[in-house]
Amino acid sequence: MSTHVSTQIHNSANGSIPPTVKPTVKRFRRNKKQLAALGFLSPLLILMMVLMATPILMVIGYSIYNNVITNPNPEVVGLANYGEILGNPKFWNAGKNTLFFTLTSVVVHMILGLTFAMLLNTEIISTKVRAVFRMILILPWLFTVAIVAILWRLMLNPNGVINYILETMGLISGQVEWLGNPAYALFALTFINIWAGYPFFMISLLAGLQGIPADLYEAAKVDGANPVQRFIHVTIPQLKPLIISLCLLDFIWTTQQFALIWMTTGGGPIDTTEVLSTFTYKLAFSRYEFSLASTSAVLILIASMIVAIFYARSQKSRD
Amino acid sequence: MAVNASVRMKNIKPPRKEAPVWKRLSVVAALTISAIFAGFPVLWMLSSSFKGNSEIFAYPPKLITENFSFGAYSSILTDPVKLRFFFNSYLIAFSVTILTIVVAILAAYAFSRYEFRGKRSLNVIIVCVQAVPPITLLIPYFGLVVALGLYNTYPGLIFTYMVFTLPYAVIMLTGYFNTIPRELDEAVRVDGAGGMTALWRVIVPIAVPGLVSVGIYTFMIAWNEFLFALTLTRTESMRTVPIGIQLLMGQHAYEWNQMMAMSILGCLPVLVLFLFFQRYFIGGMTSGAVKV
Repeated sequence: MSTHVSTQIHNSANGSIPPTVKPTVKRFRRNKKQLAALGFLSPLLILMMVLMATPILMVIGYSIYNNVITNPNPEVVGLANYGEILGNPKFWNAGKNTLFFTLTSVVVHMILGLTFAMLLNTEIISTKVRAVFRMILILPWLFTVAIVAILWRLMLNPNGVINYILETMGLISGQVEWLGNPAYALFALTFINIWAGYPFFMISLLAGLQGIPADLYEAAKVDGANPVQRFIHVTIPQLKPLIISLCLLDFIWTTQQFALIWMTTGGGPIDTTEVLSTFTYKLAFSRYEFSLASTSAVLILIASMIVAIFYARSQKSRD
Repeated sequence: MAVNASVRMKNIKPPRKEAPVWKRLSVVAALTISAIFAGFPVLWMLSSSFKGNSEIFAYPPKLITENFSFGAYSSILTDPVKLRFFFNSYLIAFSVTILTIVVAILAAYAFSRYEFRGKRSLNVIIVCVQAVPPITLLIPYFGLVVALGLYNTYPGLIFTYMVFTLPYAVIMLTGYFNTIPRELDEAVRVDGAGGMTALWRVIVPIAVPGLVSVGIYTFMIAWNEFLFALTLTRTESMRTVPIGIQLLMGQHAYEWNQMMAMSILGCLPVLVLFLFFQRYFIGGMTSGAVKV
C-alpha cells in the first residue's frame, strides 16, 4: 500500500505529462494508428464487400424460394429446399466421395510434400543437383487442372501407357479402365489430384525449412541430438504452424475441386466420383434447378465455414 | 592481400564434414524415384505432342517416335482462335497478380504492424472468406456480373479471381512480414518516416522472395481457373486456355497430339517465368532476414 502511494508520488513529481492530458494523447495516437490501419486495409475491404458479401446474401436468398432465374414469379418456401436436399441420397453420396477424395489427398500431399522438401533441403548433395531435382519435382504444379485432366485421361486410357507399364511389371493383367470402372474411378481421380497438388506443399515447406534458424540445429547437435531427434524436436515444431495452415488450405481447396472431376469422369461412372461441386453444378446447369442448387451451395458453404472457424480457433490458440 | 582476405573468410566458416557415400547415394536414389513420379507424365505429354494422332496408342508405347513431327504445334500456332486463348490467359493472370500483390501488401502490413479495433474478427473473416466455395458463389455471381455489365469482359474475370487470390496472399504475406524483425522498420519510423515509407523502403525489399512466391501462386490460381472462366464468358474470343483445351476436346474426335501440344505451349511461359524467379525460393534473403 505504502509502496504504491510512493510510486504515484514519485511519478507525478517526475511528471513529464500531467495525468489529465495523458489519456487524451494516448487516444489521439490510437485513433491515428486506427486510421492508418484502415487506410492500408480499405482496398481489401471494399473488394471483399462487393465481391463476397453481396453474392453470399444473394445465394442464401435464392435457397428459400421455390424456383429462381427460370421462373419469373418465385415464391418463398422457407426451408423446404433444405429438407429436399438433405433427404436426397445423391447429396450424401457426393459428400462421402468428397470426404474420401479430400482427406486422402491432404494426408498424402503433406507426407509427399514434407519428404520431398527435406530431400531437396539436404546439404549433402550439391546445390546444382538439388536445383535440377527441385525443378522436376515442381513440374506438376505448373500445369493447369485442365491440362492435368487431359494428360491423365491419355495415360490412364485402357490402351494407355500406365496399363502398359503395370502389365509389363506383372501388377495387372488386361486393360484396366481406370476412370471408367466404378471400382477404381475414385481412387484414380484421387491419385491424379495427389500428383497435381503435392508441389504446393513441397515448395511451401521448403521455404519453411530454409527459414528455420541454423542455430537451432547447431544447439540440438551440441546437446547430442541425432538426426531423427533433430527432426522431431526442431524441424516439426518449427514447421507445425505452416503445416496446419497448408493442410487446412488444401482441405478447403480440395473439397472445392471441380475442373479435374468435370474433365475426367464428369462424376461418373454411376455417380461413383460425384462430388459436392459437380452435384451442385449439375443441379443448376443441367437440370436448371437453381433454387435446389443454391440450397446445396449454401449447405457446402456452411460445412466449409465450420472448418474455417475451427482453423481460425487453432490459429488463435497458437498466438 | 585479397587472397589473404578470402582465406580468412573461408576459415571463419566451420569445416563441413563430408557425408558418407551411402548416405548421398540413398538421397539421390530417393530423389530419382520422386523425379520419375513427378516427371514421367510430363515427359509423356511432351513425347505425345510430337507423335501423329494415329501413333498415340501404339503398342508397345514408345517414348521417342520415329515419325517425329511438329505438326500438332504448327496447327495451334497458326490458328488465331487458339492464340487468342493464350493472350486472354496471360492478360488476365498478370492483371490479377499485380492487383492482388498491391492490395495484399497493404493489408498484410496493417495486420503485421498495427493494432486496431476488430483486427481479430477481420482475421477470422479473411480465413473464412478463403473457405467460401466457388460453387457457392457461381450462381449469384452470374447475375451480379451481368448486372454490373461485366459479363464476357476481362474486368469481370479479373475482379472475380481476386476474391480467390487475395485471402491467401494476405494470410501468407502477413506471416511473411511477421518473420521480418520489427526493429528494422521501427528504426525507420523512429527517424520520423510514416508507415508507407517503412513498408515500401524496408519491408517490401526484404519480402521480395515472399512476394515472388505469392505472386507466382496467384498467377497459377488465375491461370488455372476453370469454373468461372467457363460460366462468365460466352464468346470464343474471351475464352482462356483451360476452356480452350476443353473446347478442343469437344470439337473433333480426340486429337490427343494437339491437346498435348497445347498443354505444353500452355505451361512453357510459366515454366520460363518460374525458372527465372526460382532463385528467390532458395531463400538466401529469407533466412538472412529471419536470422537477424
